[in-house]
Amino acid sequence: MVFGKKNRPVVSTATLRNAYDRRSFVIGSVGAGVGMLLAVRMGYIAIAENEKYETEAESNRVNLSLIPPRRGWLLDRNGAPLASNRADFRVDLIPDRLNNPEKTIDILGGLLGLDNTAVQDLKDKVGDARGFQPVEVGSGLDFSQFAAVSVRLPEMPGVVPQRGFSRFYPTGPAVGHLVGYVGPASAEEYELDRNPLLITPGYKIGKDGLEKQFEQKLRGVPGARRVEVTASGRIVRDLDTREDIQGNPIKLTIDGPLQDYAARRLGLESGSVVVMDCKTGDLLCMASMPSFDPNSFSDGIGRVEYNMLSQDERVPLRNKVLKGLYPPGSTVKPMVSTAFLKAGLDPEESVFCGGGLRVGNRVFRCWKRGGHGQVNMAKGIYQSCDVYFYHFAQRIGMDPISEMARRYGMGQEFPLPVTSQFYGTVPDPKWKMEKYGRPWAAFDTVNATIGQGYMLANPLQLAVMATRLATAKQVMPRLVLDSKTPQFRDMGISDEHEMLIRNAMSDVVNGPGTAGRARLPFDDIKIAGKTGTAQVVSLAKSDGKSGPWKYRDHGLFIFFAPFDNPRYAGAVVIEHGGGSGAAYPIARDVMTFMFDAKKGLEQLYSLEKQWGGTAQERLARKYAAFAAQSGEAVPPAPRRDEDIFDRVDAEARAAAQQPVTQATDAAENRSDISDSVIPPPTSTPVSSPSPAPAATVAAPGDEE
Amino acid sequence: MNSIVPAAVARQPWQMLIPLFVLVGFGAAVLYSAAGGHMQPFAASHIIRFAVFLVMASIMVLFNRDIVRFAAFPAYAGVLLLLVAVEAIGAMGGGSQRWLSLGPIVIQPSELMKPVIVLVMAKFYATLPSGMIPTWRALVPAGALIGVPMALVLMQPDLGTALAIAFGGAVVMFLAGLPMRWFVGAGVAGAVLAPIAFFFGLKEYQQRRVTTFLDPENDPLGAGYHILQSKIAIGSGGFSGKGFNEGSQSHLNYLPEPHTDFVFATMAEEWGLLGGLLVIVIFGIILRWGMLVAKRSNDRFSKLLASGMVATIFFYVAINLMMVMGLAPVVGIPLPFMSHGGSSMMTNMICIGTLMMVNRWNRESPRYGLSG
Repeated sequence: MVFGKKNRPVVSTATLRNAYDRRSFVIGSVGAGVGMLLAVRMGYIAIAENEKYETEAESNRVNLSLIPPRRGWLLDRNGAPLASNRADFRVDLIPDRLNNPEKTIDILGGLLGLDNTAVQDLKDKVGDARGFQPVEVGSGLDFSQFAAVSVRLPEMPGVVPQRGFSRFYPTGPAVGHLVGYVGPASAEEYELDRNPLLITPGYKIGKDGLEKQFEQKLRGVPGARRVEVTASGRIVRDLDTREDIQGNPIKLTIDGPLQDYAARRLGLESGSVVVMDCKTGDLLCMASMPSFDPNSFSDGIGRVEYNMLSQDERVPLRNKVLKGLYPPGSTVKPMVSTAFLKAGLDPEESVFCGGGLRVGNRVFRCWKRGGHGQVNMAKGIYQSCDVYFYHFAQRIGMDPISEMARRYGMGQEFPLPVTSQFYGTVPDPKWKMEKYGRPWAAFDTVNATIGQGYMLANPLQLAVMATRLATAKQVMPRLVLDSKTPQFRDMGISDEHEMLIRNAMSDVVNGPGTAGRARLPFDDIKIAGKTGTAQVVSLAKSDGKSGPWKYRDHGLFIFFAPFDNPRYAGAVVIEHGGGSGAAYPIARDVMTFMFDAKKGLEQLYSLEKQWGGTAQERLARKYAAFAAQSGEAVPPAPRRDEDIFDRVDAEARAAAQQPVTQATDAAENRSDISDSVIPPPTSTPVSSPSPAPAATVAAPGDEE
Repeated sequence: MNSIVPAAVARQPWQMLIPLFVLVGFGAAVLYSAAGGHMQPFAASHIIRFAVFLVMASIMVLFNRDIVRFAAFPAYAGVLLLLVAVEAIGAMGGGSQRWLSLGPIVIQPSELMKPVIVLVMAKFYATLPSGMIPTWRALVPAGALIGVPMALVLMQPDLGTALAIAFGGAVVMFLAGLPMRWFVGAGVAGAVLAPIAFFFGLKEYQQRRVTTFLDPENDPLGAGYHILQSKIAIGSGGFSGKGFNEGSQSHLNYLPEPHTDFVFATMAEEWGLLGGLLVIVIFGIILRWGMLVAKRSNDRFSKLLASGMVATIFFYVAINLMMVMGLAPVVGIPLPFMSHGGSSMMTNMICIGTLMMVNRWNRESPRYGLSG
């Protein structure tokens, strides 16, 4: 611009001065422009983007940490906790904040009763620790220790007492299958529910059973702690804390002490006990054994313990009440009889039992080889005569029987808040054609009529069947307590027929029947029932009573009591028990406990002495043996003695039933039995279709 | 003359000095906050250094023009020798360094080079006959004078200071009246060479600074952290700031270097846009006074010397503020009179002292139209 000419211009002092003036003006302008630019830029950042950066500064400064909410309790029908939370007191040290580490640790050692080695370890640890990572002094402390530390906090900066909660199941294995357990959320669970709570350290979600079903209701609202932190993560001060809100409790229909008693009474057997309230359908007990201890699962089960459980042939990880499917055996006979009555069969019409009956070209045997002689309906039930049912079932046909079976709850899926139920099979000609493409044959009817062949049911269905037989109403089971009493539809059976069946079932126990040893030890209360034995393999392979455990017959028993005015009904199924003789003594003791807890417990104590302790103790011992065998000296975590929660075991009931003059220490009133009702509007649980009856051979079952 | 104020006091350039005192005092307040509300370790030494260098500047004012002109080349040679010495000691020590310890005093020769390059360039162009200005003889020696110290500083490596030296020299060349097409050509060549220099001339950490400057959010916890945190500090200050001693970004250590390179962000967080504008306006006043001093001076040497000093201060201010506001890469240049640090205070006070000196020359020898 200045020297724009072609030839070199003359440069003199004057032109240079001129150039300087112009160029310095340009430089000044550029400088002023840069100044303006900076001012505008700053205005843009500080005013236009102020909100954005203010948020970012705040999110830098403030660190929000969630406080896991206390989980809601699972209560039994009387308000005793089946699953509760146990305060978990711990004390940490933050090395960076200690004024005088030596002295502080010495004081702590004194307060917590640490020995010299532990104190020295702690000093070394604090010496090695860097900055703000807390060092654990102790966890699982009791409240008095925790309180002692808390009181002296002002003189011990850097000491952080904390109170957490861990899930606690007072009766352990007795409620394992029913209640489930909790554990840290997996990656998949976090994918489904993107709640930041799920990845908060220490938070556990329901993993199985009711804990899983009621996760949202039990969860509660997390608290939050806002703290000011430096860039390196050091906490400068607490800003504010919002307390957590505990999850809602869920009151179940389960009777905690009964559940505990039943689970313990199953003893060494593998099986299940279901007890229902006849009026309301309340499930009082759903015991399934052997089981796992949900406490160990919730603490984070060890590899060894898990191996032990998963390798057990008695499948302690399966809830047998809902997912065990068994041929119901002769327990279907009262139900089949109602089908006969409905079809117009005269109950006095009899058939001669000579120990077997020819059907087509095969002879189907009665369980009693010598035969029962002349048999009418009542005798067919209490003596469990197979021939009676072979004979009349062929006359009436399969369809009325399978229709009646469904009305009594077999093959039915109940609207219960459970993770899954296997609902079994009620075979009929149409079903067989669809499933196997073969027409229904006479021997299929004969098999089905004594609960063998294709017929499969779970123990809950059997208990429902017992309840419906006892009440002649379509009682529905329920698991969540509701103060409303549900009204159930009538089964459409005449009183006369109902009484006939009930009396026959009473005679099974109290008369000339198959289960005389099931009598209750009371003069005024009588139990009625029906035995069943389900064959697992053909007679050629095993006689069903001895030999390998896996080949023994299943023992079944359905019952209700008192027989003349049924209040409770239920079912007991013992896997490979060798026959119904394994099942009905358990039903007897469970009912005894129901009416007189002390008497029931006496019976249990004598048995537990033989077995070697309660289920919990045996499980612990088994674990120790298993761990030793797999070469790992891993003691299971010692459980703390917080006895206020231990009020749901079977002994609590006996204590409560003591006369008032003696009951000086039993503070809790557990006498009221809710007369509530109506099935709660619970979600329909997912269910899996039942597998086909694979190993069951089409041959008649043996009966006692 | 007619006032009670002694003439020796009255003739000081108060229109510059008072804003400067305000700025230094404000800087001390910010440093007080950056130290968590304490005079130590930043604020007290900041004020003491300023006082010491103010005395130094007052002594500089007494030099007369001939001595300064005479001293230009010896001073340049001396600083160059110090730069070589830094390199040599660094090489012997097995690593690079920028500092030279002379007894109790720690000297950073590259800092001294910033005003000295302006001095030597002003001397060179003042003595060069005006007819030779458009010839190679005006360019090549000047290029060498700038190039040698730049190369030495780049070897340290200290890109920011090298650029500052180049900037000071280039502004003097520009004002000396060198042909415009040379600057245009240099600009074009720079645009071509910049990518090449970027890929082959810069160390990896320097490259990363440049790339993250272009996209700081891309790497918020890595190299973009400085710029992002600085912008958060400035942005969260809003119009009037969070209040004295209330800045969370600086107090909780989110802002890196809150007392040196990012002192402006520390200030802006607590004083907001108002504080920022105050700082910018004060720098504007000081620099404008410097340009007026240059304009009023009556010889070529004084003009070039004064405007070169203004350019040097301006370079510090502009690059530092652009850096903290995310307009320039993080190059490690402190903010004059506010950042804590002796070297930058010394350099900037040498510049101020030189300007005050030229101001005295102007006052004592009114304009004749005579030039050298």
